[in-house]
Amino acid sequence: MSENVYIIGAGIHPFGRTDNRSGREQGVYAVREALADAGLDWPDVECAYGGSAAAGSADIMVNELGLTSLPFTNVANGCATGGSALAASQQAIASGMYDLALAVGFDKHPRGAFNAKPADYGLPEWYGQTGMMLTTQFFALKIQRYMQLHGISRTTLGRVAEKAFRNGTITPHAWRRSPVDLETIMNAPMINDPLTKYMFCSPAEGAVALILASEKKMRELGADGVKIRSVAVKTRPPNSFEVFQAGISIKEGGKPTVLASQAAFEKAGVGPEDISVAQLQDTESGAEIMHMAENGFCQDGAQEEWLANGWSEIGGKLPVNTDGGCLACGEPVGASGLRQVYENVQQLRQRGGERQVPGQNGKGPRLGYSHVYGAPGLSAVAILERE
Amino acid sequence: MGEKIDPNLWSDGAEPHLMGGRRPSGEIIFPMPTGDAAEGVEPYKLSRRGKLWSWTSQGFLPKEPYEGPGSGPGEGPPDFDGYLIGYVELPGEVIVESRIVDARLEDLHLGMELEFCIVPFNARYDTFAFRPLAVSESKAA
Repeated sequence: MSENVYIIGAGIHPFGRTDNRSGREQGVYAVREALADAGLDWPDVECAYGGSAAAGSADIMVNELGLTSLPFTNVANGCATGGSALAASQQAIASGMYDLALAVGFDKHPRGAFNAKPADYGLPEWYGQTGMMLTTQFFALKIQRYMQLHGISRTTLGRVAEKAFRNGTITPHAWRRSPVDLETIMNAPMINDPLTKYMFCSPAEGAVALILASEKKMRELGADGVKIRSVAVKTRPPNSFEVFQAGISIKEGGKPTVLASQAAFEKAGVGPEDISVAQLQDTESGAEIMHMAENGFCQDGAQEEWLANGWSEIGGKLPVNTDGGCLACGEPVGASGLRQVYENVQQLRQRGGERQVPGQNGKGPRLGYSHVYGAPGLSAVAILERE
Repeated sequence: MGEKIDPNLWSDGAEPHLMGGRRPSGEIIFPMPTGDAAEGVEPYKLSRRGKLWSWTSQGFLPKEPYEGPGSGPGEGPPDFDGYLIGYVELPGEVIVESRIVDARLEDLHLGMELEFCIVPFNARYDTFAFRPLAVSESKAA
């Protein structure tokens, strides 16, 4: 019998560039914001899970937060660091062992595209030496084929970026706060065909912290909690097509996003049609398009109609990436997956301000969906509910 | 001819083949694994012909460990030459990632017939690539 788990506090350090603050200091900032939001003090937290990809270990944060002797587990799970920290803290409470847990993710990356080392991914050196080990190429290669097979136009790629920057203008934690028009996006320098400069997110900085509580604890505190209906983390199945693959199987395999999505929907006992707001991994414009279908929200190819009709806009039938997603917020890897959950918590508590999703009958959204994808082929999905 | 960028990446001879591996199950993989992962995997000469499965262009100078033009000491983005990358489906075998040469971006299309070739990479090394079949046939003529 597992306990219901709620998010009762959410804190964020604004994404972008903060020159005078380390990644971990941004993490501490986010934890303090989350504690204040939950009406708690640091000694109340019973266990913690967190990490970064490039800004050091999370457990050192006790130096600033206080030496309370709590168990603090470092999570080093690449792009799924935030998702894995959330899953671990959710399990810690669901098991009945703890009543209050922290999930935290932060990061601070150098400017420019990520440069991965072949050996870290079990790949031969020539793959990096000859210029094939770039995450941006993978996303371009995946959407290029998808566009050919499913009739997605370049304009639709541009519309995704235009929407992201528009949503960023009304999001206090976003990095890119100025609108960029479709023509500028389409005519910007080509990074990896068919994706132009404005269609890619950039590595950035930022931090997110979430306080999780058991139902009993939430009621005791009288806290404003959002229920975690399900969390699912899945690594790649056989024959899948992922980032950093010199060779792909000729057999068409499964996809980690499809597996995580199906598992999360099954555990939650709801379907895509029940979701009122979604945050989907948008490393670049094409990723949002493909992830709409991989997560079950539309058929392959229907995105053309969705974007043309504004169905994924804040006022549309399924608002997607309401805070501008990775495109407008940048991608501090360790924090990015938790930012999506943070945004859903804000939306479900109707604290979205100018970007608030109206939901059915204007009563606010009931179910929020978040999805993160990353190297070397893993996805994490979380479904939250406003009861 | 430069040095091979990896001595085991393709076979020697007049008609070189990219080297993959065959697992005990019969599955063909690329690249040929090394170390313990190579146990039970037979080196396998991959087909020299394939069809374009997807493609993109590289429009900016990659960071390390990239060693192509623009990456050397005192070099930078102005010394960089953009290049084309694609996945090539070798029928019945495996889909391999490769440079695409002797083609323009606007000419590339799904299913385009391509052939394996060896090309100069930098001052020291050669690497492998695929090029449109029509080009290689006209050069041979």
